[in-house]
Amino acid sequence: MSSSLGLPEPYRATGSASFVDFLTALHPDRLPRGSSSVAGPAPLAPHGTTIVALRTSGGVVMAGDRRATMGNLIAQNDIEKVFAADEFSVIGIAGTAGLAVELVRIFQVELEHYEKIEGLPLSLDGKANRLASMLRGNLGLAMQGLAVVPLYAGYDEARGTGRIFSYDVTGGRYEEHDFYAVGSGSNFARGSLKKLFSRGISTDDAVRIALEALYDAADDDSATGGPDMARGIYPVVASVDSSGVTVLSDDAVAPIAGVMVEARRSRPDGPRAGAEGEAS
Amino acid sequence: MSVPFYVSPEQIMRDKADFARKGIARGRSVIVMQYDGGIAFVAENPSRALHKISELYDRIGFAAVGKYNEFESLRVAGVRLADMRGYSYDRSDVTGRSLANAYAQTLGTIFTETAKPFEVEIVVAEVGRDAADDQLYRLMFDGSVADEHGFVAMGGSAEPIATALQAAWRDGLDLGEAVRLAVSLLGDHGDEKPRQLTTDLLEVAVLDRARPRRTFQRMTNGRLAELLAG
Repeated sequence: MSSSLGLPEPYRATGSASFVDFLTALHPDRLPRGSSSVAGPAPLAPHGTTIVALRTSGGVVMAGDRRATMGNLIAQNDIEKVFAADEFSVIGIAGTAGLAVELVRIFQVELEHYEKIEGLPLSLDGKANRLASMLRGNLGLAMQGLAVVPLYAGYDEARGTGRIFSYDVTGGRYEEHDFYAVGSGSNFARGSLKKLFSRGISTDDAVRIALEALYDAADDDSATGGPDMARGIYPVVASVDSSGVTVLSDDAVAPIAGVMVEARRSRPDGPRAGAEGEAS
Repeated sequence: MSVPFYVSPEQIMRDKADFARKGIARGRSVIVMQYDGGIAFVAENPSRALHKISELYDRIGFAAVGKYNEFESLRVAGVRLADMRGYSYDRSDVTGRSLANAYAQTLGTIFTETAKPFEVEIVVAEVGRDAADDQLYRLMFDGSVADEHGFVAMGGSAEPIATALQAAWRDGLDLGEAVRLAVSLLGDHGDEKPRQLTTDLLEVAVLDRARPRRTFQRMTNGRLAELLAG
């Protein structure tokens, strides 16, 4: 077919329901990979920092701070690093922001494309595996220091529960059973989650615990930003349950963050975990 | 060497068109119509798996009648084209007009250059910000395009249904009225014995103007039963 307006032969050929496969075959230059053969040290590029996720009684909650850093500088103070991947899952990203945002974009298209072609969405395990294989394609850049580390969580319709998947730069995929955190402040966030989390918590409690964990991360990690009350910039918080993904509005997060910051005036290190494991 | 009989180009085209029309007329009908909240697609389709209606992009839907394998390959190609364009540029750069053009070019080429034309008829519908921005493109087997307003009927009983719609359709029908009108016409259009179509014989979807991002939604049997009950 000569006309550029028509549907060229590859579009009508039978093939896989994967958009990435289709793009790789037709326009590999448009993949968000860049060249891994560029020599020299990795350039200084914005990095995204801390993402936390925890399971609730009916699904999962994920939250991410809003800071991107470039060396010792703050590159952006309102970057968004938590996204709805599709109707029932969310993805948060840490690492090289430019590559990570592109990874999210193509992952979203990949899930939607499969769903449209096949008429059914992928299983949550299938989605998590697709993300792993897409991450593996970035290994060359990761070796140079331009790593992308996502955190993936969603509501598994087949099992009726929320699930969390963590990844390493080689595309290794690990299921987390209660909570997890990635990014530069993740050690502090994970410590905080460990003390505050208990199984079967409500979404509201999970949102509060996620904000506390991000606050603790920002307390000790210079690359993680705390809630910016002056500018009205709060962590992006998303929850997923059987009705789908809800990304909380700033208006919904602001009062929860406000109460937390106020409580820290009397206890700057945050709530003390109770003897029964209850957050007090 | 034998010399083939001369057949005039007019005759060849007429034969191909008759062939395609007959193929399309064998199938059950599909109605696409505007309602106050978007665009509704109603098809008589007993299959749960082999869809006649589907989503192409955020605000763009697809409906087809005729040979399943032929319109399915066109549907898949449309999804690929839309996703490729939306990924390479931006989601707002995918338009119903460009998809309708691509289908028209493709169907036109197939009709003129291959021995067997596609026995399909397609509607590409795009829901706009308000009803005046809605677009309905009807594509024929030979690649001709019509920009329709209000409603389109395709398939075996397209003509009597379109005539009835001419009289019954009006601007600003609500979803229930639109679906009930379409279902009653699919079951009873004057030519055959009237039938009462139940939810398991119907495939219904909408492009819902009010939804953010992906506007396409299939109606579950429960929701459809509610709409039909009125």
